[in-house]
Amino acid sequence: MGQIVLKDVVKKFGDTEVIPPLNLTIEEGEFAVFVGPSGCGKSTLLRLIAGLEDTTEGQVLIDGEDMTEVSPSKRGLAMVFQSYALYPHMTVRKNIAFPMRMAGMSEDEQNIRIEAAAKSLNLTDYLDRKPGQLSGGQRQRVAIGRAIVREPSAFLFDEPLSNLDAALRVGMRLEISEMHKRLKTTMIYVTHDQVEAMTMADRIVVLQAGVIEQVGTPLELYHSPRNKFVAGFIGSPKMNLLEGAEAQKHKAHTIGIRPEHIKVSTKAVKGAWKGTVGVAEHLGSDTFIHIHGVEGCDPMTVRAAGDVAVKHGDKVYLTPEKSQIHKFDEAGLRI
Amino acid sequence: MAIVAQTSKLGIYGRPALAWIVALVFFFPIFWLILTSFKTDADAVKPEFLFFFTPTLDNYLNMTENYDYWRFATNSVVTSVLATGVALFVGIPAAYAMAFNPARHTKDILMWMLSTKMLPAAAVLYPMTFLAKSLGIFDTHFAVILVLTLVNLPIVVWMLFTYFKEIPKDIIEAGQMDGVNTWGEIKEILIPLAWGGIASTALLCFIFCWNEAYWTVRLTTTEAATLSKLIEGNRAPEGLFFGRLSAVSAAAVGPIVVLGWFCQKQLVQGLTFGAVK
Repeated sequence: MGQIVLKDVVKKFGDTEVIPPLNLTIEEGEFAVFVGPSGCGKSTLLRLIAGLEDTTEGQVLIDGEDMTEVSPSKRGLAMVFQSYALYPHMTVRKNIAFPMRMAGMSEDEQNIRIEAAAKSLNLTDYLDRKPGQLSGGQRQRVAIGRAIVREPSAFLFDEPLSNLDAALRVGMRLEISEMHKRLKTTMIYVTHDQVEAMTMADRIVVLQAGVIEQVGTPLELYHSPRNKFVAGFIGSPKMNLLEGAEAQKHKAHTIGIRPEHIKVSTKAVKGAWKGTVGVAEHLGSDTFIHIHGVEGCDPMTVRAAGDVAVKHGDKVYLTPEKSQIHKFDEAGLRI
Repeated sequence: MAIVAQTSKLGIYGRPALAWIVALVFFFPIFWLILTSFKTDADAVKPEFLFFFTPTLDNYLNMTENYDYWRFATNSVVTSVLATGVALFVGIPAAYAMAFNPARHTKDILMWMLSTKMLPAAAVLYPMTFLAKSLGIFDTHFAVILVLTLVNLPIVVWMLFTYFKEIPKDIIEAGQMDGVNTWGEIKEILIPLAWGGIASTALLCFIFCWNEAYWTVRLTTTEAATLSKLIEGNRAPEGLFFGRLSAVSAAAVGPIVVLGWFCQKQLVQGLTFGAVK
């Protein structure tokens, strides 16, 4: 259970077309992540699947059944919102019980599921509190608990971790991933954070202006981005894109090289790119060096393993790994 | 601290004094009304008996014995409660729809509803009276409740709309995802969350219904007549009997003043809702 198919789906707000005809299949049990810059239509797409927005044209199929005209309450999906969207007037227990109560489940069954969900989400001690008395992370756990107990055919996550602080985000990311491994239910996860996308997804859907730029596994997107947009969006720090003479040497309009695929040296190297260090960010495990003066790409970012002793103003020589150079044509497509 | 230090003596004593003066000015007519209601009609018009007179309960006894005060009072309660109930019953779903599923013309509809309050009631007096009579509902509770509901509905919808707008849409959508139908959303989520706002709307609507005089006086004679009609009916052709009139008025405004007094916190909170955020 849990295959979701979007067939020629179009969404217009008034005269503005936010999603031009779009086709996408999310397989049963898959963890799909929609990623893209803000305003790319990823949340709208999720809301179309949820039924919270009406499709202008096209069909939404869930497990082969046309759900386009079916109300959100009857699609059998569960959603976790960025704002948690808990019912503030109910205790945690009642929040989690709510979808089951609406489904007319017996109280015994409700209690069994609440206890199980609370245990797996570390909420047992908080069941009788109101959402207002919980921290952000706990609230999001309650929201997830409320989604789990329904045993939906798919989970929809709308930027669920964006309101949490960085440390908590990493923890919750792992919890959600583990939950997916355990439940094996289809999950669709919307985020603008490509690290979340890379770490959690079975398959990533990269969107820009309502158009799917590429669909693939995290490593497919990393190793062979279909175009310049995906190349620049996936990977952190961003891929360096060079134009001009250097690109023409490779018979391309633009070449891309990831920061981790460039060797940096303070000694002169024959045929290397020359530049001056602007800022060096020492993270201990890595050093991110932002280099000015490289022809066709300013600044160029280099990621060097370990601590590299460079400082502002140092002259450096950069050698890219030949096999890791990505080539793009004038339209920005991969050659 | 600096502000406290700068406050002059005039500020410390002057402001409360001013507040007392304003309060007394506003309260004086009511005080006078209550005093007069304990005077005989003859004493009521004599200035020398303004504060010092022999109190009498005659006016009140007369009112309950000869003017059937309790019937009017019951009518007031029944019509005000039911009209408020119906207004909420219609207004809550209306405001819900406009707050959470706005369409292209929602704003226009809201403006139009408010514009009905700009129409002078006198302009529709004849059609309304004619309609009531030809439909055979003149001087019935039904007609009074209907008119009171319709007159107050725009305010009720506007107030509820403002409260509902404050509820995050995500919570309503979460409800939809959790398998709730529209009625469930209203009952399980909206009403509990907007309870304070609904209560102050109901209270205000009830006060408006209770105090309504224009329509209740004109659309009733005896059967469905409310306390407004009782006051109006005490204008005798041979002149005004101030003692009697005062007793009737005091007995008519009394219940609503007491109600308002007990609910003032709720009312003030309701009316200033959203002002400070």
